[in-house]
Amino acid sequence: MKKVSLRKIAALAASMAMFAMTLAGCGSTASDSGASSDGTTSAAAASGDDTVKVGLLHSLTGSMAISEKAVRDAEVLAIDEINSAGGVLGKQIVYVEEDGASEPSTFATKAEKLVDSEKVATVFGCWTSSSRKAVKPVFEDYNALLWYPVQYEGMEQSPNIVYTGAAPNQQIVPAIEYLLDKGYKKFFLLGSDYVFPRTANMIITAQVQAAGGEVVGEEYADMDQTDFAAIISKIEAAQPEIIINTLNGTGNVSFFKQMAEKNYTSAEYPTMSFSIAEEEVATIGADILKGHMVSWNYYETTDTPENKAFVEAYKAKFGESRVTSDPAEAAYDAVYLWKAACEKAGSFDVDAVREAIAGGDISFNAPEGTVTINGTNQHLTKPVRIGEIRDDGLIYEVYSTPTAVDPDPYLTTYDWAVEAGIQPIE
Amino acid sequence: MAQFISTLFNGLSLSSIILLTSIGLAVTFGLMRVINMAHGEFVMIGAYMTYVTQQIFAAVFPESVRDIYYIVSIPVAFGTAFLLGSLLERFVIQRLYGREIDSLLATWGISLILQQAARSIFGTQGVNVTAPSFLQGGVTVGGCTFSYNRIFIMFMVLLCLFIVWIIMYKSNFGKQMRAVMQNRPMAQCMGINSRKVDNITFALGSGLAGIAGCSVALLGSIDSTVGQSYIVNSFMAVVLGGVGKLAGTVLGSTIIGSASIFTENYTSSTIAKAIVLLIVIVFLQKRPQGLFVIKSRSLDE
Repeated sequence: MKKVSLRKIAALAASMAMFAMTLAGCGSTASDSGASSDGTTSAAAASGDDTVKVGLLHSLTGSMAISEKAVRDAEVLAIDEINSAGGVLGKQIVYVEEDGASEPSTFATKAEKLVDSEKVATVFGCWTSSSRKAVKPVFEDYNALLWYPVQYEGMEQSPNIVYTGAAPNQQIVPAIEYLLDKGYKKFFLLGSDYVFPRTANMIITAQVQAAGGEVVGEEYADMDQTDFAAIISKIEAAQPEIIINTLNGTGNVSFFKQMAEKNYTSAEYPTMSFSIAEEEVATIGADILKGHMVSWNYYETTDTPENKAFVEAYKAKFGESRVTSDPAEAAYDAVYLWKAACEKAGSFDVDAVREAIAGGDISFNAPEGTVTINGTNQHLTKPVRIGEIRDDGLIYEVYSTPTAVDPDPYLTTYDWAVEAGIQPIE
Repeated sequence: MAQFISTLFNGLSLSSIILLTSIGLAVTFGLMRVINMAHGEFVMIGAYMTYVTQQIFAAVFPESVRDIYYIVSIPVAFGTAFLLGSLLERFVIQRLYGREIDSLLATWGISLILQQAARSIFGTQGVNVTAPSFLQGGVTVGGCTFSYNRIFIMFMVLLCLFIVWIIMYKSNFGKQMRAVMQNRPMAQCMGINSRKVDNITFALGSGLAGIAGCSVALLGSIDSTVGQSYIVNSFMAVVLGGVGKLAGTVLGSTIIGSASIFTENYTSSTIAKAIVLLIVIVFLQKRPQGLFVIKSRSLDE
């Protein structure tokens, strides 16, 4: 055969490989088929007089399945607890589960199915910002209600979504304040290349500069990047006092491993991470993460009686080896907050529940402490905790805000943010 | 200066990793003209074998000898990939010689099957290999830190290259292999069992990918897509170097590895990827045969 045609084939091969990579990145393939109960209703399927139907919409397959499974499990735990304590307004909760398959477009289809055909009272769901943005128009068009349990980049406020994770001013801003108070001046921003790290770093840059600090470098790694040598060289050249890390997923493993191979520990280059919780520590390894800092609202070690009960119940139901984390806890709270809102409204009707929420006094004694839904922006008032990763793979609180922090998704109460004119990245 | 040496070292390190994943490809693609889309999955298999060996050692052996798991994992990874490669050749590739597009699609399907198998066995979340204690950390000379595992990978590459060179150019089998690749009917007339040669050659290429898997396991987490992140660079290295020449693959990998690191130093990682791809495209426009060309009297070439 001719050389030239071989080359064409090689080009085709390379482009197919790239296509395969994107495919794999989107995680369209299924796994863990045992857990996938596509569209099945637990317990009695009929939504009779003594039951109320809710939807769970998470990725049970694909790349996000592992993360979202923890959140889904926490929601199921809360539902079971509520049912055995008598249900909501005298009705037992039954849940309809749909699989978002780590694919925003699938999330949108399944959300429509839940609210339109299944006629659920409310939906607990999503993890990634892209999936939330995909389902947002569905919930707005059908005037349904979504409970979103993960910290995110802020700059959003839909009347049909209740955000039970942290807004930027309940995770990022207090962490930077803490670092500035500790005397750190030179910041290096490292993140994966997508909306959350870019928005977070825009906020951090404005905040650091307003406080007289300096951002000595800002780098973004591809989602599937495996070699961090060049980025580590840039960090060495910039000599930062602290690295702000918003890498996601496997990028964290490569980055921390390759820092360790250059003999760098948290003593030389301390980091503050916003996407590493207990689950991630277990994968990356506590030995290379020890001493590094993270910022969340909740840790498995958080010392409240509610948390003790929560951790015990979670491990009893799903296994001793499972860890609880901030997103799982926020998902657990979401179910209880919905219950409280329904009880105040005296009905499951979405408008009545939203009206009850607008009153601003729906609260729950959560494992992280008391959380209250803000009546205007539908985010939670919650405590913020800076934690340090220790040898045992758990995260221990080193600082917490004296009182719970009110949510401010658009950062309108911070002068430096207003001055910098921070805008959502679309 | 320290910065430059450090960059040079990083470039060489990335080049050696690309080279390690490309040597196997140079054998299967370069010599046999089989476009094996599942090559990256053999890297993945090698990486998972390293993990499995580590887990077995952790469970069975006392703390003191646990470090040698990594040494053991290299032949284990090679053996597993070699065996699977041999099976793949026997049951799929063998039926598709001379039908490039068909073999491309078939191996792509196999790549998807292997990825899904890995997800079913090991889960979707990445697993992790802890470097043995003698490969942890690095040595600092004049302000530059050279990590032991990167130095180790470079030596492993040199060793693999040397062994492949011996096999290809100094051994009797290599002579048969080259004869079959250059002129199959003539080689068959001379009494060479070309089926057997094909099978072993393909398995050898796959086994080398398994060894590459051992080394990438040291650098990051292992999941079902780990092979995919290396396969594009490897194909580029082989094509850039000139199909069918070992020296070309070495040079191709060095160019792509160093160009990636140097451009990434001055730009961002996304732009660096685009620039490297652009360099390859422009180069192949000027010289479509790649850096090295096999001189052949065969009319077909």
